[in-house]
Amino acid sequence: MISMRESSSPPPKLRTENLTRVVSEKVIVDGVTMDVLTGEVMMVVGPSGSGKSSLLRLINRLDEPTAGTVYLDGRDYRELPPLELRRRVGMMMQMAYLFPGTVADNIRFGPRQRGVELPDETIERLLARVGLAGFSDRDVARLSGGEAQRVALARVLANEPEVILLDEPTSALDQDAKDAVENLLQEIIREECLTCIWVTHDLQQAARMADRVGVMEAGRLIRTGTPEEALHA
Amino acid sequence: MLSQFIHDPIQLTAAQALVAGGLALIMMVIAAWYGIHLEKEIVIALLRGLVQIVAVGSVLLLIFDGPIALGFLILAGMMLLAAKTAEKRAGDLPGAFRVAFWGIFIGAGSVIILMVLAGVIDTKLTALIPIGSMIVANSMNSVGLALDRFESEIKSHVGHIETALALGAEPKTAVRPYTQAAIKAGLIPRIDSLRSLGIVWIPGVMTGMLLGGSQPLQAALYQFVIMAVILTISGLASLVSALLMAGQIFTPADQLALGRGDS
Repeated sequence: MISMRESSSPPPKLRTENLTRVVSEKVIVDGVTMDVLTGEVMMVVGPSGSGKSSLLRLINRLDEPTAGTVYLDGRDYRELPPLELRRRVGMMMQMAYLFPGTVADNIRFGPRQRGVELPDETIERLLARVGLAGFSDRDVARLSGGEAQRVALARVLANEPEVILLDEPTSALDQDAKDAVENLLQEIIREECLTCIWVTHDLQQAARMADRVGVMEAGRLIRTGTPEEALHA
Repeated sequence: MLSQFIHDPIQLTAAQALVAGGLALIMMVIAAWYGIHLEKEIVIALLRGLVQIVAVGSVLLLIFDGPIALGFLILAGMMLLAAKTAEKRAGDLPGAFRVAFWGIFIGAGSVIILMVLAGVIDTKLTALIPIGSMIVANSMNSVGLALDRFESEIKSHVGHIETALALGAEPKTAVRPYTQAAIKAGLIPRIDSLRSLGIVWIPGVMTGMLLGGSQPLQAALYQFVIMAVILTISGLASLVSALLMAGQIFTPADQLALGRGDS
């Protein structure tokens, strides 16, 4: 169990405390404690099956921790209604999982859940932000993999999240699309000052994108630090 | 041809049952030849069906003039057994028996009571039990189809459902397309049956009434009544079971509790 910040550091935006998940007596995530500051990009790396994605699912409360909890702005996330938590902590998955319909339908989805109908101009602005200006009425079935992931990003941004969780968002893309989406994510995360936890198996990507890196192995967070410290230990 | 050799009506029908069962066994052998091995299921289903229907016939003989409450009691028992059968189609869905029972009870039970009150179904047990059981059986089939479809839809759309949840959707919104697909699955066979009524097939009630000497027009209209009732109960039963199940597959913290394992 590694605490990632000294006590004198500013309060974290998000803190996981002894976060643990056990399924059928198998420990999937094992006592992960970490702090992530506002606007910080925390890359989580580790081999397949090390618990990286499961950690993100716990933070978004798509799964229930067996032990431990998460604090968002110092508040235990179990005190928040799950729907509010998930609005504030957006998540982008490895696949886009777009809903059938148009690009605009997908972008409207999140805000609509809390009774907000996004105007066309906002949708156009979000689409322009992810490099898809004019795609509003496009059927999602006609999008390429890279375009679909951009729509998925715009859909998350439409909810105006404070924290964004990225679960290998470029791993299913070809090299060109991967580079483009990675650059776009970097740009948006910095400009919007989003707090970000990004899971990847690509160590070079982690080195390029990270403020800090956490290394997971067998469900445990075994090492953290700057990219140099964590990746070359 | 059989009637030339057998004159006792019970023996004649038993012989007809033997021929029908033999045909089913021939079909089973053909299926096995094609690699579809359902021998055990078919033999058990034939034997169970025979024993059960003969038992019901015997019970009807005994309670011919019994009170209507007894009829409802028997139908309630049938609903429990129907829920048990529909539960098997629900795969890994949690609480399937309870959901199936409520689907059948609300779908079939409410309509049977309404039809009795409206005088569409005779209160004599010899009418109430066979027609009621037909309604229960159809709602059981619809619930089974709906739950089977619901399970496969959920399992094949875990990513979409969790994406919807991660975007702040309520569970019932996240699974709405799959709940709708399940309800349709329970309803469409009944719509098709109604569409083809009289053109492709003449169902049991009309056949029975004609064999019993009723006027063809009266038999036809009563058959339509039964088919319309079956369509109604199928829709109700599928709707209730799919909606109840949609609430069963999430935890109190709005997490999908079906269709994925941690890795």
